[in-house]
Amino acid sequence: MIIEGRAVVIAGDDLDTDVMYPGAYLNIDDPEQMKPYLFEGFDPSLRDELGDDAVIVTGANFGIGSSREHVVQAMKAWGVQGVVGKSFARIFRRNCVNLGLPVLECLDAAEAAQPGSRVRIDTGTGAVDVDGRTFQAQPIPELVLELQASGGLVPWARERLRA
Amino acid sequence: MPHTLAEKILLAHTEADDVRPGDVVMVRCDVVMANDVSGPVAFRQMEKMGATRVFDPSRVVMVADHFMPAKDARSAELQRRLKEWSDEQGVTFYGQGRGGIEHTLLCEEGWVVPGSVIAGGDSHTCTYGALAAFGTGLGSTDIAHCLAFGEFWQAVPATIQIEFAGEKSRFVSGKDLILAVIGELGVGGGTNAALEFVGEGAEALSIDERLAVANMAVEAGAETGLFPADDKAAAYLEGRTDRPWTTERSDPDAEFARSLRIDLDELSPLVALPHLPGNVVPVADAIGMKIDQVYIGNCSNGTMTDLRQTAEILRGHSVHRDCRMIVVPATQRIYREAMREGLLDLFVEAGAMVSTPTCGACFGGGMGVLAAGERAVTTTNRNFKGRMGSPEAEVCLANAYVAAAAAIAGEIVDPASVLSGVST
Repeated sequence: MIIEGRAVVIAGDDLDTDVMYPGAYLNIDDPEQMKPYLFEGFDPSLRDELGDDAVIVTGANFGIGSSREHVVQAMKAWGVQGVVGKSFARIFRRNCVNLGLPVLECLDAAEAAQPGSRVRIDTGTGAVDVDGRTFQAQPIPELVLELQASGGLVPWARERLRA
Repeated sequence: MPHTLAEKILLAHTEADDVRPGDVVMVRCDVVMANDVSGPVAFRQMEKMGATRVFDPSRVVMVADHFMPAKDARSAELQRRLKEWSDEQGVTFYGQGRGGIEHTLLCEEGWVVPGSVIAGGDSHTCTYGALAAFGTGLGSTDIAHCLAFGEFWQAVPATIQIEFAGEKSRFVSGKDLILAVIGELGVGGGTNAALEFVGEGAEALSIDERLAVANMAVEAGAETGLFPADDKAAAYLEGRTDRPWTTERSDPDAEFARSLRIDLDELSPLVALPHLPGNVVPVADAIGMKIDQVYIGNCSNGTMTDLRQTAEILRGHSVHRDCRMIVVPATQRIYREAMREGLLDLFVEAGAMVSTPTCGACFGGGMGVLAAGERAVTTTNRNFKGRMGSPEAEVCLANAYVAAAAAIAGEIVDPASVLSGVST
């Protein structure tokens, strides 16, 4: 799958899911209603940069802390196409994979990207282009590639139930 | 082939012939748990998967604890749905007045046994490592898959072995041991790894203190944090459970990604300063920081051990007039025991507020959140910006002795100074 979009840069390392989606709004379970609270504890103005051409670019160890899937569900509801970062915390990365949001660990691409940079991702090969420069993301295990190709854990499980 | 404890537990729960760090395998769960926040989101996903029934109702447990009691109509609705879904599926449900904070509760109620795998819709599911269970936190879509199929995908973690050497001194608790570990590893140092706690210092810890240590493994980024089962674990499990369990240890020649030694003889009470759990300093370096609220509770440190430590400091003193204090026993059982011991009376008399079991203000859900410009000392596990209310508030993490002493002084002090009567 090829993803092309515009970089929305979330600067800094070790950013937690509490600032990405504060606990007070965890009483919401509908993704559409989660949208207004994404980035609320960090930088609410980042929401203005989202859209269905957005590729989020992060620093290192992004998404530490809570398992709240609200962060990724809200990103998806805003139309975010993919996430490229220097590295990710475990549960955040899982949540992206499970919800079918391509997530790539690529230090060089994350360093190269500026707000608004053109980003092109080949999810199959892990090639990440930033403003025409190509970088190679960390390899993704086979089962995770399979989940990604299915569009996430929900369609993957649905196929499994049908089989 | 030699294996670590984490590898042995996972190997016993997969179809694979062998497992090595980095292998991605499907892992069977012995127990699947979710709460009023992660559960309803998981039910939606399970429905989208086309699954109508859970894989095994006897292995599924739901706990209403985050917004308990409901802070508003929306959270009340989530709790109603959690109960209705549980009844419909025939799974165990712990609701208002009948349970408490999920992780303390599941250990208490005998759901957690050594060698088991527990998938929880909450990042602090790693707490179960205190009883040598591979407890690991997952998001709601993962939980939906666990509910439907009884398994989740998992990259086999490497193991970081942590030796607690020597003997801890007075006013040092399990909290300080794990803060020392996170201070060493950093908040990402345990990524893709399981922590394993060994050594005489680990063996000397009570189960309550092991819960505090294992609980914060995730704050180093780890998948779980394991204490090999021993006589203390066996004694704790006695009468709580009839689930079969196994005693495994890492093979002597198992490979560890890293070995870390923490010398307890050198360790003093610690404080994690805002805004990261890895921002750890000795309490001596935090003395004098003004405190607006003290919060004792949560899934890491809301046990009888913590309440007794609090009482030890608070007895004969009052909460400072410029400071608020909230005490939250982690479960109904602990609440009653503390009541019978007279601890709740002591707290209230001192000017503290005693809450019923809840996750409450720990995650900013309600029940005592912070205003802009305020600073708290808490026995909780996260001090991220805005975690407990305003993004302009600050949270310092510490053990119950340090927290209780701060409540009396209205600022961070050495707990020893309170007991010795030295004014600070």
